[in-house]
Amino acid sequence: MSAASSDAIIACEGLSKHFGGVRAFTDVAFQARRGEVTAVIGDNGAGKSTLIRCLVGVHVPDAGSIVFDGRQHPFSNPDGARKAGIETVHQNLALIDELTVAQNLFLNRELVRRIGPFAFLDRKAMRREARAMLSRLSINVPSINQRVRRLSGGQRQAISICRAVGSGAKLVVMDEPTAALGVQETANVEALIRRLRDQSVSVILVSHNFDQVRRLSDQIWVMRAGKMAATVRASETTGNELVALVTGAA
Amino acid sequence: MNNAPAAHSAGAEESRPSLAALLLDPSFWADWASIVGLVGLVIVFGIAQPVFLSVANLQALLLAAAILVVLSIGQTFVVATSGIDLSLAAAVMLGAIILGLVNAAGHGIFIACVLALLATSAIGFLNGLIITAGKIPDFVVTLGTLSGITGLGLILSGGEPTMVGSTFLLRLASGSFGPFGYPVWVAIAAVIVAHVALYHTRFGVHLLATGGQVESAGALGIRTNRVKIAAYTISGFCAGIAAILLVARIGSAEPQINTSLLLNSVAAVVLGGVSLFGGRASILGPAIGALMLTALVNGLTLLNVSAFYQPLAVGAIVVLAALIMRYQK
Repeated sequence: MSAASSDAIIACEGLSKHFGGVRAFTDVAFQARRGEVTAVIGDNGAGKSTLIRCLVGVHVPDAGSIVFDGRQHPFSNPDGARKAGIETVHQNLALIDELTVAQNLFLNRELVRRIGPFAFLDRKAMRREARAMLSRLSINVPSINQRVRRLSGGQRQAISICRAVGSGAKLVVMDEPTAALGVQETANVEALIRRLRDQSVSVILVSHNFDQVRRLSDQIWVMRAGKMAATVRASETTGNELVALVTGAA
Repeated sequence: MNNAPAAHSAGAEESRPSLAALLLDPSFWADWASIVGLVGLVIVFGIAQPVFLSVANLQALLLAAAILVVLSIGQTFVVATSGIDLSLAAAVMLGAIILGLVNAAGHGIFIACVLALLATSAIGFLNGLIITAGKIPDFVVTLGTLSGITGLGLILSGGEPTMVGSTFLLRLASGSFGPFGYPVWVAIAAVIVAHVALYHTRFGVHLLATGGQVESAGALGIRTNRVKIAAYTISGFCAGIAAILLVARIGSAEPQINTSLLLNSVAAVVLGGVSLFGGRASILGPAIGALMLTALVNGLTLLNVSAFYQPLAVGAIVVLAALIMRYQK
């Protein structure tokens, strides 16, 4: 696992992060391949959330290197990571309830028309683009002019993912995307993630759900007690093996 | 996503609901409370006192509403960020005093007006800065500046009113263009500019996002502190415009706060359907709310109702409006 293969969208080596005396993880190597869904699993406190936060610029690792898209990871904040092309689907979704679907999809990267020194929103273009973005991922919402407040949890998750993908991100990071959803909605979001894979979007997926991980991902990385315990191809593993790897029984 | 309720409401969204269904929907009344209230008042007062509907009275009504309309717009920007500007009326007073003193010191009226606008905008900027940098609730900060500005106004003016004899202001107050007096045109211009800013600029969307969910807006890279400071600065600027209109109207700068201006600015915002929790706003709503409150006072005066009853009526209407708002979807 030493040399990051050239088809890695993101790769890290020797990564460590401590909070005061508390060790989140040490000497972790990890990589995600271009166009694949890469899952990170592990028990609570295994360090997977902190690892992900280091990748998206929320935390700065104490040691180790991160190479994103062939270049040394330069981000010390989430904004820098976003500009470089890493979009995060936040667990709280970061949607604005009172704004419409279209407004949320274009929040903080609104399309404008310039008239002299003034820039006015190009609402027609944004609505058109929003429809295109949603239909590309086969996401159904009642209307793009609907306030997000009135959407279901699954629809909100879909909008949030659509926004991340639609921004032209090179890598989309999802933290427990179905944690708060019911059965039907989980199935819908899983179908959406599968469509992303079909369209060769690079995704990092953090999940507790081993079955889901095996259904959705290409490569699975297992963290245990602050270490990267193992990595397996999803097609070559079983649920029992994953449980064993996560708990350390293997 | 592909479920039945969503498909159902999709149908409702595309085809307009029938008028009867609309009238039975409490949310319709909540969204249009100010215009329904205004029409209701016009009908009631028009029947009770036909003079109310005379052109002269309607023109006077609009003239009297101009200042409140401008202030309500300022208050709307702040309330949209889930804040509240309690120092608004005090800023009007300070702006008026600065206008009066600068003019009395022999400077031109134009410079006096610009300085008044700068001073009130600075007050708004300061409000926003303290709220965001100090992470102090809006209510507390603006309550503090309300008191501070009042004191500053008294110190600067020595507690004495300053006469402002300016032909420019006289013409502003009494002149008219077409059917409306100049102050009405100022208010109309303010409504248009504010409406465009709220609905047709990135700033407007970011303002509503900041008021709606500040953490989410921040997570998407919106500089929410800057947005808040901008909202308060706009509020201060509106107070400056109101100060100029006020001095033009009464011909002097008085070192006393018109508390009803502050309360009515908040009341107009509530009547206009703007959520006090932020994230949801319009400009037309509060402007019509301001018209409605002015019409209420005007009508009651024409009906010879004692001025003592007017605050009671305003209070009742505002609470009633807030009750209706609960049905807003």
